[in-house]
Amino acid sequence: MPLDKATVAHIAKLARIEIGDADLEALTGELSGILKWIEQLSEVDTEGVEPMTSAVQMTLRRRADKVTDGNCRDKVLANVPVDADGFFAVPKVVE
Amino acid sequence: MSDLTGLSVSGAREGLAKGDFTSLELTEAHIAAIDAADGLNAFVSKTPDLARERAALSDKRRASGEAGLMEGIPIGVKDLFCTEGVLTTAGSHILDGFEPPYDSTVTANLWREGAVMLGKTNMDEFAMGSSNETSYYGPVLNPWRRPGDNRSLVPGGSSGGSAAAVAARIVPAAIGTDTGGSIRQPAAFTGTVGLKPTYGRCSRWGIVAFASSLDQAGPMARSVRDCAILLRAMAGFDAKDSTSVDTPVPDYEAALTGEVTGLKIGIPAEYKVDGMPGEVERLWQQGVDWLRGAGAEIVDISLPHTRYALPTYYIVAPAEASSNLARYDGVRYGLRVPGERLDDMYEKTRAAGFGAEVKRRVLMGTYVLSAGYYDAYYLKAQKVRTLIKRDFIEAFEKVDAILTPTTPTPAFAVGERVDDPIAMYLNDILTVPANMAGLPGISVPAGLSDDGLPLGLQVLGKAFDEETVLRVGHVLEGAAAFDARPDPWWRAD
Amino acid sequence: MATIQGATGEWEMVIGLEVHAQVTSEAKLFSGAATAFGAEPNTQVSLVDAAMPGMLPVINEQAVAQAVRTGLGLKAKINLTSVFDRKNYFYPDLPQGYQISQFTQPIVGKGVVTLDMPGGERREIGITRLHLEQDAGKSLHDQHPTQTYVDLNRSGIALMEIVSDPDIRSPEEAGVYLRKLRAILRYLGTCDGNMDEGSMRADVNVSMRRPGEDYGTRCEIKNVNSVRFVQQAIEYEAQRQVDILEDGGTIVQETRLFDSNKGTTRTMRTKEDSHDYRYFPDPDLLPLTLTQDYVDEIAKSLPELPDEKKARFVSEFSLPEDDAGVLVAERERAEYFEAVAQGRNAKLAANWVVRDLVGALNKAGRGISETPVSAEALGGLLDLLSDDTISGRIAKDVFEEMFATGKVAAEIVEEKGLKQVTDTGAIESVIDEVLDENTGKVAEYKDGKEKLFGFFVGQVMKKSGGKANPKIVNEILRGKLGD
Repeated sequence: MPLDKATVAHIAKLARIEIGDADLEALTGELSGILKWIEQLSEVDTEGVEPMTSAVQMTLRRRADKVTDGNCRDKVLANVPVDADGFFAVPKVVE
Repeated sequence: MSDLTGLSVSGAREGLAKGDFTSLELTEAHIAAIDAADGLNAFVSKTPDLARERAALSDKRRASGEAGLMEGIPIGVKDLFCTEGVLTTAGSHILDGFEPPYDSTVTANLWREGAVMLGKTNMDEFAMGSSNETSYYGPVLNPWRRPGDNRSLVPGGSSGGSAAAVAARIVPAAIGTDTGGSIRQPAAFTGTVGLKPTYGRCSRWGIVAFASSLDQAGPMARSVRDCAILLRAMAGFDAKDSTSVDTPVPDYEAALTGEVTGLKIGIPAEYKVDGMPGEVERLWQQGVDWLRGAGAEIVDISLPHTRYALPTYYIVAPAEASSNLARYDGVRYGLRVPGERLDDMYEKTRAAGFGAEVKRRVLMGTYVLSAGYYDAYYLKAQKVRTLIKRDFIEAFEKVDAILTPTTPTPAFAVGERVDDPIAMYLNDILTVPANMAGLPGISVPAGLSDDGLPLGLQVLGKAFDEETVLRVGHVLEGAAAFDARPDPWWRAD
Repeated sequence: MATIQGATGEWEMVIGLEVHAQVTSEAKLFSGAATAFGAEPNTQVSLVDAAMPGMLPVINEQAVAQAVRTGLGLKAKINLTSVFDRKNYFYPDLPQGYQISQFTQPIVGKGVVTLDMPGGERREIGITRLHLEQDAGKSLHDQHPTQTYVDLNRSGIALMEIVSDPDIRSPEEAGVYLRKLRAILRYLGTCDGNMDEGSMRADVNVSMRRPGEDYGTRCEIKNVNSVRFVQQAIEYEAQRQVDILEDGGTIVQETRLFDSNKGTTRTMRTKEDSHDYRYFPDPDLLPLTLTQDYVDEIAKSLPELPDEKKARFVSEFSLPEDDAGVLVAERERAEYFEAVAQGRNAKLAANWVVRDLVGALNKAGRGISETPVSAEALGGLLDLLSDDTISGRIAKDVFEEMFATGKVAAEIVEEKGLKQVTDTGAIESVIDEVLDENTGKVAEYKDGKEKLFGFFVGQVMKKSGGKANPKIVNEILRGKLGD
């Protein structure tokens, strides 16, 4: 199914990537092409097949409930683009 | 150029042990070689001072009788591995200025074993690419050119900087990551050896994530033995990675017996893909003959879902990437483009921070996970993935390893495929299936194409049986006796 | 069932609650950072919580155990295999750009919470599911004129989202449900239930329908943080919807915010711009698998829960249902009662705890853990009452004094000389005095006005300062009056 520009604009919004009108056209074409190529998967009979989510066959390991981390505000904030008195800062959000 | 730069990891290990030279001398030689090879653009950042400091410390350790598995040996590190206090960019503008306050588990393991970092190697942005042309820091050039032809070729990707650096002998070895072929394909394009271990063998902690269910770190070097040495130092259980498998790390060098007698080697019919050049097919047959000649038993096998691995990959990897890359939002690190409102800031930052290929994949991944399409794409892909894995499980009931070409073609020219994403994706058609199934694979240089470029053969093995993969690769390496070298056109000295 | 009478007929409320309960644990769900409340901003944040590149989640075993324990307490099905999914959306308090949650395969399936409504009606509210998920950080909008500040201390703390079926029919039921759920969580020790500190928050789904008909379109009111606010939000929202429906309008499915200052709700986002969360299994984690043995071990360690405790109090101590209900509403209160009742008359103990102690605590705005009268002390008071050292009336005064001063009963009785008079001679002389002073009334009594007997008793008790043993007073008085 080919994508239209509105759909690409919508997913760009979901992905929070600004796409200029000029790029939207080309991107729509590229993504449609890739999608068409991907759709060969519909040939595969997957009736009754379990989806695979991990390459390793094991049960999820659980760690002990101990405080072993945190208390490292300097590290956490070391790379912030905007300093804000020990906080992270973003343009004001109005709820 | 000092002859120290031509040394293999095992050769350097021997020389250091005998006291023929110090780690500092070895490191200085490579620092100079790297500086003289800027034309390759193999590094995003060079760390000569840090290298000297660590080399000196290594020499001290050795003097006091301590020596790790990689003691004093300098290496290149793909810029996808977080390195404490050293700029880590993943080849992306969006990680501008990011200096992690931590080292990845794999790099920490290597430092613990005495390795010395020469710098961070260039790569496709967020490891998305097969030609190293998507890096924000510009393309890496393949040290190899077609004889008599000055056009630049790609080194493959995404670990193209590591591969080029190894091939150009400006580092003895390097580390990379392989999500769909990102170690093996560039190794094949540059006449070097690259090993992707079993998923779960090397910790993913501290490696900038691309596709979490596929990413795996591995060594790149100029010999199978060197890869064996590096892997032992890199690998191991890590409680910080829930997908790390708690299983002993063997002495991989001990597996290099030169002996394959009685081993069953599978030849999958489906890897003879449409349009595969005769030279690749001939090399594959040559590989079969070499192994048979060495006493292995050749078995025809079928991996029926091979052709679906690549489209499956292009659903699963972008889907995971779209989510993994959501954290690059301009809030806590890296690039931030100001915006009046929150969403402006997000959208402008991510538009400026991500390159075209990353955007394509993030959007594709967002789409295949979005409401109404999840079942048709993502869920379908995960089911096909089960079938791909099942193919391998059945095949490995009959054989001990599988032999295939690594890539359908040798290296191509810079710019040749940038505008055709699918043609670019097809590079990975022979490497992707192992990632889908989580299996180990190695690419070994086995010969030259008709126009004088390296070609690789790939050996795939059972999960956590890197030893057999290395053993077979080692025998192929010996039989191929690949000793061609690129003409050092890039050398600035 | 609460109905709203409109001009066109009756409307019935249909309410479902999604309660987010913070799991009691030392460390976060997927990182080793601390969970304690009230730390300096961004100090309880690990590199994992801040979503630094390459960081990976590893699950906390205690969070898993607490979810299972809670599931068992809700009489729910424990799913031996559950899966963690990523819920993708952008927000500054969500550093990963996704929340790790459980979508299609939660750790706990269907369960039930039983409500005892005032008036004796019993209601069963179905539990749809319980799943584990990460909490978000905190956005502060009032620290800077043009910026929102973000503190990630809460980011990654383990939450249990407990989803009820749409079985709740009134604000009152919603309140009883929330209090009951909180009591269960506190009994289990899986959540402290402290709504002030945000340990428990509720999303409230409200729709209206004609009684017996299909469900109407619902609105979800997000993040309401007290029982009273939940009830207010429902009241307001139900009336708002009825007004629209009565005017022939239709309800637009949307997410709304509760304004606690005005007691109203307002649109936050409509369905059209609702999030597309793109859930998919988190590839950094594997399916969580539990063994039945593991679940059975936790089941064995479960404390007696409010319903069972109440049933036992009723059957073992013959307490009235209502009193038993009051006693089990809090685990500490029930334990207090049992300590007082130990070796004493349980009904008497229940009466004192329910009426006197709880009454005094409520009046003082204190919880049972802050009681100035320990279980031992109250027991001591009851002992003095039971062995006739003091009378019932005096006991009330002594209790007040105990509550005010924290002294033990014996001490107060001793100090103030409140011991009951059982000396028949002494009582007889008081009676004689009373009868002498009231000859007229004595005559009336003898003429048949028998209800004056109580008057004489009262006068005697008054004269004795309440200390005369009422039984002896009665006996002697009857003799004197010639019965």
